[in-house]
Amino acid sequence: MELIKLTIDGKPVEAEKDTTILKAAKTVGIDIPTLCYFQLKDMNIENRPGGCRICVVEVKGRRNLAPACTTLVSGGMEVNTHSIRVLNARRTVLELILSDHPAECLTCAKSGSCELQSMAQQLGVREIPYQGEQSTYRKDTSPAIIRDVDKCIMCRRCEMMCNEVQTVGALSAVNRGFMAVVAPAFEMNLEKSTCTYCGQCVSVCPTGALTEVDHTRNVINALADPAKTVVVQTAPAVRAALGEEFGLEPGTLVTGKMVAALRRLGFDYVFDTDFAADLTIMEEGTELLDRLTRYLEGDPSVQLPILTSCCPGWVNFFEHHFPELRDIPSTAKSPQQMFGPIAKEYFAKKLGIDRKNMIVVSIMPCLAKKYECQRDEFKVSGDPDVNYSISTRELAAFIKLANIDFDAMPEEEFDKPMGESTGASVIFGTTGGVIEAACRTAYELYTHKKLAKVDFNELRGFESIRHATIDFNGLLLNIGIAHGLGNARKLLEDIKEGKSQFHAIEIMACPGGCIGGGGQPYHHGDSAILKKRASALYREDAGKPIRKSHENPFIISLYKEFLGAPGSDRSHHLLHTKYFDRSASVFVEE
Amino acid sequence: MKQKQLRIALRNCGVIDPERIEDYIAKDGYLALGKVLTELTPEATIEIIKKSGLRGRGGGGFPTGLKWEITRKVHGDQKYVVCNADEGDPGAFMDRSVLEGDPHSVLEAMAINGYCTGASKGLVYIRAEYPLAIERLKIAMKQAREYGFLGDQILGTGFCFDIEIRYGAGAFVCGEETALIHSMEGLRGEPTVKPPFPSESGYLGKPSNVNNVETYANIPVIINKGADWFASIGSAKSKGTKVFALAGKINNVGLVEVPMGTTLREVIYEIGGGIRDGKAFKAAQTGGPSGGCLTVKHLDIPIDYDNLIAAGSMMGSGGMIVMDEDDCMVAIAKFYLEFTVEESCGKCSPCRIGNKRLFEILEKITQGNGILEDLDKLKNLGKVIIDTSLCGLGQSSPNPVLSTLDNFYDEYIDHVTYKKCKSKVCKSLMTYIIDEEKCIGCTLCARNCPVNAISGERKQAHYIDPEKCIKCGACMEKCKFNAIFIN
Amino acid sequence: MTKITSLTELKKLRDSLKEKMESYSLLDHPDSIIQVKVAMATCGQASGARPVFDYFKEELEKRNIPAMVTQTGCMSYCYAEPTIEVTIPGKNPVVFGFVNTRKADEIIERYIRKGELPDGVIPVNYETVISQ
Ligand SMILES: Cc1cc2nc3c(=O)[nH]c(=O)nc-3n(C[C@H](O)[C@H](O)[C@H](O)COP(=O)(O)O)c2cc1C
Ligand code: SF4
Ligand code: SF4
Ligand code: SF4
Ligand code: SF4
Repeated sequence: MELIKLTIDGKPVEAEKDTTILKAAKTVGIDIPTLCYFQLKDMNIENRPGGCRICVVEVKGRRNLAPACTTLVSGGMEVNTHSIRVLNARRTVLELILSDHPAECLTCAKSGSCELQSMAQQLGVREIPYQGEQSTYRKDTSPAIIRDVDKCIMCRRCEMMCNEVQTVGALSAVNRGFMAVVAPAFEMNLEKSTCTYCGQCVSVCPTGALTEVDHTRNVINALADPAKTVVVQTAPAVRAALGEEFGLEPGTLVTGKMVAALRRLGFDYVFDTDFAADLTIMEEGTELLDRLTRYLEGDPSVQLPILTSCCPGWVNFFEHHFPELRDIPSTAKSPQQMFGPIAKEYFAKKLGIDRKNMIVVSIMPCLAKKYECQRDEFKVSGDPDVNYSISTRELAAFIKLANIDFDAMPEEEFDKPMGESTGASVIFGTTGGVIEAACRTAYELYTHKKLAKVDFNELRGFESIRHATIDFNGLLLNIGIAHGLGNARKLLEDIKEGKSQFHAIEIMACPGGCIGGGGQPYHHGDSAILKKRASALYREDAGKPIRKSHENPFIISLYKEFLGAPGSDRSHHLLHTKYFDRSASVFVEE
Repeated sequence: MKQKQLRIALRNCGVIDPERIEDYIAKDGYLALGKVLTELTPEATIEIIKKSGLRGRGGGGFPTGLKWEITRKVHGDQKYVVCNADEGDPGAFMDRSVLEGDPHSVLEAMAINGYCTGASKGLVYIRAEYPLAIERLKIAMKQAREYGFLGDQILGTGFCFDIEIRYGAGAFVCGEETALIHSMEGLRGEPTVKPPFPSESGYLGKPSNVNNVETYANIPVIINKGADWFASIGSAKSKGTKVFALAGKINNVGLVEVPMGTTLREVIYEIGGGIRDGKAFKAAQTGGPSGGCLTVKHLDIPIDYDNLIAAGSMMGSGGMIVMDEDDCMVAIAKFYLEFTVEESCGKCSPCRIGNKRLFEILEKITQGNGILEDLDKLKNLGKVIIDTSLCGLGQSSPNPVLSTLDNFYDEYIDHVTYKKCKSKVCKSLMTYIIDEEKCIGCTLCARNCPVNAISGERKQAHYIDPEKCIKCGACMEKCKFNAIFIN
Repeated sequence: MTKITSLTELKKLRDSLKEKMESYSLLDHPDSIIQVKVAMATCGQASGARPVFDYFKEELEKRNIPAMVTQTGCMSYCYAEPTIEVTIPGKNPVVFGFVNTRKADEIIERYIRKGELPDGVIPVNYETVISQ
């Protein structure tokens, strides 16, 4: 490839054709400040509307300043990234943005992780000379996400995430000029839109315009109530990311410290969602094998592929966008929602307490779970199986609030019995993990043979759509994997057109799976962080003595003692759900 | 006497019946298309346009032939010819006049463009508020198809080309070519960073040649009469004529078409019939709401693309609004800013917020609350907005402020330091005063004041309380003795 | 309508149309009929060109004056809309501004019938390029 020669701040640079000034500058160690620009490398996610104009630079011979994020290099170009003209323009533009931003940093949920805040620090803004009217918009609260559009800087990252990556199309720019905002169609509330609560918009929003609904206060109230037994479950992906909030290297596993901190916070039982994930594999795996067997026997009522159903963001997606396919996903509930009834219908009875006096809290990497636990079908006479779902970020804030020195925590073990889990359930937190866990169990149940090698490396990785063929003793099983709803859409379109060759497909709403969930510590566009989280989970899996769900001793005894067999009537009643056609509810006015 | 005006783009307007293609044919209509298709290669045709020196009439002044050549050279299985008939500039209506008076000239030129660039499809993006122009376009398209000037095998050659109409919702920024394309694609009408230019990647990502209505209207004549003839008209770097929409304090408002290089003085005094009521000329705003003002010192510069830019204004699409001594330049700048604040798409921060702040500062000044520092803020902010905005709207919207600051700094000082508006436009800076000598105490003014700001005994001189007065002017209108004046 | 399939054919059509047009409008055809053109662009219509157009059509017929009334685009004297152009065979075209039905009556009676020039004549102030 022919290299283009240019100079940036006097330094000679060589760059490939179609490289932006921003990227070319990076290769020689020049970091041009950006605000609206966003990239998740290796995931094909890039936002460069060229809108904020913070990254402007001077290009010799050009009349006006050029945005570095969208201007391509050309031969002989002379770029100056810090001339007085550039610095004045950059700071003035930032002052303008700040002049239309509420100065609420003291109480803003984003304070400390806000990119606008750090930009103001970086550029040394000490006063805002251009004062004037501020644009305002009504606050919109949904079951999972709060939109406080007054804080929106129109970077359009959320729009890119929701439209291009997730293909949900719940957010787009509306209105013009000073009153322009990003909002759902017809400016309805998010709750009325096709939003899946995947939370990807929240995870990329540079400011406090999009944040999660904070349920920490409800949890504190429950902990403070002596009449309540408070049970907590922690999802697999949380342990691989929580440490980041306390300054630990991304990818540090903090399982033991997390358990210790949760005990210090006063939870009566610290359990693991991983246990419920093992349960999910039992139910989902059995369902897969059952469908597969019937399919192979030529039963015309059987549909394949079977799709995983453990991601509520994904469930919301197909209920809104592909309701006609809602018979295809497994009916197994998500691990969070499997945990709930086992806690309240089994464990509470064992403890001899009324389910109403048990509060189940989940710690999730996820915002869709906040909505999921509020769904009516997951309640018994009004009492939800899972009372509150809080995100990894909320837990971190809670630990800080409680003045707990997280890094000094000892490594402690989960409580028994619902803290027992296998390596299979740990990898639920990353893309490909669910189907790998399912394969480990399904293989052994189907072939009645021991797996020679537990690791299915062909199912791992970060490519957006992956596929692999697994040999089940002569039966070649075609497996598909998609993470990110836009990729899921592609596989669904194929199914709709009858082109799909897969027997089973795993779908996760968030890019990277739950490790990249909407409730995780902000990665600020650093995809290396996501990879480190994923490898942490595979590390934990490798280190576990038991790595197949059906070998989890508590799972075995739970079926023996309480549930019967996978797919039994009781299992069905407690661990399976049904899906709704929500395509029509979208445009109904309040 | 040789006339100052020369009608090329408007040659058939007011002459033919726009709903009769026969009239157009009688005026050599579609002859250029026939000539091009049967006698010239696309390259040779582009060469004629390049040699003619024609530049885009939509505002940018980009050499038209060069644009066609670029579109031709970009590889693409499907290409588009786009006619920009958005004409969002308030007060401008030359494109509408061409489409209403001579729609075939645009259709013919688009077909020629299609032949040159290799496009088989044309799109006219027109604002829905132009019902008559749309109607006439539709009639013209139907007739052109019947005669075989559009459609398959045009004029018996292998060339196929047809045109569709797309409607704009009237946002000013949708006239910007990338925003226009997004709007046609059903997306939000907001600009994207160039490059890529539409010629490289336009409608549906395909190479698209966007030209303005007036640009197209010149094409058939250039083909028929030759590049040399066209290049002989106009100034050194701006060839041919330009249509202006004359408006404001001028006697003969309306469309004028003059050779490039005509002076402002000729346009205003010889064609426009001078300033209304014999008042003094103060300034002319060219380039629409984001242009700048030309003053007395610019009266004798030849108007063309480059001279206007050098004078701090621009050609724009050809709006020309004339102001006289009664116009307050601060208020004028504020008026234009109000328009751009309304019309900004909101995509980029300098334009979205910066123009709003410019407007607020101007409002503060016209209300008598300005301070000297505000003038520096206006200057810095204006420059930064121009320097950093994404599209032409923001890159030019501060022009009215900057050019009035340049040319009428003393008026700003009057407002800021002396709290005076000499043109008596800025209400907040006016005080209504009763001349004690002239007032006979008839009480008529006091009875008409809506806020009871006027006091005084019968047959005694009256007094207006400046605190109460809302400056509606009702008293002054009623006084039969001219006793009330504005300070 | 038959399609035109060659440049030669187009030129032929052009020549015959031109002749037809000139036969009723140009200076050297004193025997042709009177022509009234009403500027009917948006600007004209907004100032009332439509009733003026209808008035000419109806009244000229009623008053037995053989004439041709046509619409045209903007003549660009926007300050004087509605504008019309009257061509009497053998004479130069004359443009009138601010035409309402009363003025139209005056134009018919005084200019078209008697050749007197009433007020409101707008001097032509431009040259028009002739295509070839
Ligand atoms: C804010 C803005 C508004 C514009 N509006 C128009 C318009 O109404 N009509 C037009 O022809 N060009 C308009 N333009 C210019 C177009 O972007 C484009 O340059 C033009 O259509 C190209 O045609 P030309 O080369 O024939 O001039 C506008 C540009 C900007 C920045
Ligand atoms: S939560 Fe997901 S689906 Fe909902 S608006 Fe955000 S990105 Fe779109
Ligand atoms: S809500 Fe957040 S992510 Fe979306 S445009 Fe506004 S600032 Fe950007
Ligand atoms: S991928 Fe995980 S974090 Fe994201 S929505 Fe699904 S369950 Fe939640
Ligand atoms: S300059 Fe103004 S109109 Fe243009 S893209 Fe920016 S905000 Fe939109």
